[in-house]
Amino acid sequence: MSSALSREDVAHLANLARISLSEDELDRLGAELPAILDHVAAVQGVVDAAGDVEPMSHPVPVANVFREDVVRPGLTPDEALSGAPASEEQRFLVPKILGEE
Amino acid sequence: MSDLIRLTASEIADRLATGDVTSVEVTQAHLDRIEAVDDQVHAFLHVGRDSALATAADVDARRAAGEQLPTLAGVPVAVKDLINTTDQPTTAGSRILEGWRPPYDATVVARLRAAGLPILGKTNLDEFAMGSSNEHSAYGPTRNPWDTDRIPGGSSGGSAAAVAAHEAPLALGTDTGGSIRQPGAMTGIVGVKPTYGGVSRYGVVAMASSLDQVGPMGRSVLDAALLHEVVAGHDPMDSTSIDAPVPAVVEAARRGDVQGLRVGVVRELGGEGFQPGVRAAFDRAVELLAQAGAEVVEVSCPSFEHGIAAYYLVMPSEVSSNLARFDAMRYGLRVAPEGLTDPSAEQVMAASRDAGFGDEVKRRIVLGTYALSSGYYDAYYGSAQKVRTLVARDFAAAFEQVDVLVSPTAPTTAWRLGEKSDDPLAMYLEDVCTIPANLAGVPGLNLPVGLADDTGLPVGVQFLAPAQADDRLYNAAAALERLVDAPQLSADALEGAR
Repeated sequence: MSSALSREDVAHLANLARISLSEDELDRLGAELPAILDHVAAVQGVVDAAGDVEPMSHPVPVANVFREDVVRPGLTPDEALSGAPASEEQRFLVPKILGEE
Repeated sequence: MSDLIRLTASEIADRLATGDVTSVEVTQAHLDRIEAVDDQVHAFLHVGRDSALATAADVDARRAAGEQLPTLAGVPVAVKDLINTTDQPTTAGSRILEGWRPPYDATVVARLRAAGLPILGKTNLDEFAMGSSNEHSAYGPTRNPWDTDRIPGGSSGGSAAAVAAHEAPLALGTDTGGSIRQPGAMTGIVGVKPTYGGVSRYGVVAMASSLDQVGPMGRSVLDAALLHEVVAGHDPMDSTSIDAPVPAVVEAARRGDVQGLRVGVVRELGGEGFQPGVRAAFDRAVELLAQAGAEVVEVSCPSFEHGIAAYYLVMPSEVSSNLARFDAMRYGLRVAPEGLTDPSAEQVMAASRDAGFGDEVKRRIVLGTYALSSGYYDAYYGSAQKVRTLVARDFAAAFEQVDVLVSPTAPTTAWRLGEKSDDPLAMYLEDVCTIPANLAGVPGLNLPVGLADDTGLPVGVQFLAPAQADDRLYNAAAALERLVDAPQLSADALEGAR
């Protein structure tokens, strides 16, 4: 697989990640990422050579850790909102989220 | 300068227990030291003078009243600034969390408070723990106390420098790919990455959740073990926390007996690319272990060579997902995009994330977004997960032959600020020895073994053990600790520069 990554690709990825990168940043990342990708792409050859290998997502083999379904203390509304850039009537106040293209 | 700052944590604990000194005196001595030298070291982003002294006074009063207190009660500690503290800011070294006050304490902080450790302050780090040099802090780099033109390692470089410079006897760090052990090596202190799941991550700003682990840092193996015991153990608030007894690390640190211990030297973590002074110090350390009765053999872990490649796919992928929470809506920085009169939430989010995140964070988010994107997922993230299995298999096979593994902790001693800043890949390659433990979830420890012949800077040896056998690390390291000249920064090293 080619790890060529164009400046447009970087802009697309930044958009997916919701970061409005500047022109300079797009230039720099476009220049840096291919070398990093070339290095990490080595994993494909390693896996091909190793044959059938199970993927490991996590070092601890635990799943579905549940607690009792009982009410217990949590943050108060004031605590939960204490770091909010803006709030109103015990709610997070956000810019418009409807009417976008 | 007070002699109290020269003491190890266990020595302080002994003197507190006998009433020889008070916690207020000890805490004040460290606050004075911070005041005197931290403008050169920049280990701290915030100093919690009043709350530390209040805790110290409370401990002193309880001790005076005859109350039985935990071993480390009254011994001050520094905390890496991505671990939540309600009474001090928690910035993760990022502009996006500048001045943020968490509404709850991390479990490890709650345990420090319950055990009566005054929290001196919050230590500097690479932004969101992403880096090996502390140069990626949004608040300026920490400097290595041994040579302030050099990096202290990272990302827990502030915690390491604080301990090395005698600004704190103990510190907490976090280790995702070596971020406790590598700065430990660079600054000549002990640092431990416990078994994954051994210490709660609740209230710790997440970088890569399948790799992150909180751990202790100190100037002796016993000190690290004492702090390990305070913070470790099951936490129902962290679903990856292991529900099993904490390994007997303090007992192991006091034992320090390698007679008959099978020690494996990892063939792939050494040789070409390793600084001669590091190799020489490592070889001497291995020889000392053999002389002390350890059975030293060479073992091969061929997949370790591919650890960096796998790590720099798994970690950025998890980063891109974890850092999506910084959305400028619920907490953290919110910036209005320029030139828009009525911006949407998404536009505000994108502008805020551009303004709030530094270069390395953006680099990793974009890399991770790519590795997880449709069409590339199997080739990159999927393959990296399989390499992770290969690394874990190598560990399993090695631990059938030996009790612990050893390697240098890092291929070089501390480099100069700026030396690797323009080459992210060169910086990533510094993590070659430490990454395999994170990928497999096994514990690792850095022990300082002296100064390199060629650079005169601290060198560290890394011990690795099977998951849940953290005690083996402390036992082996305590034995070697007695045989080497631990590098101690001279009392006037930083004062003389003023």
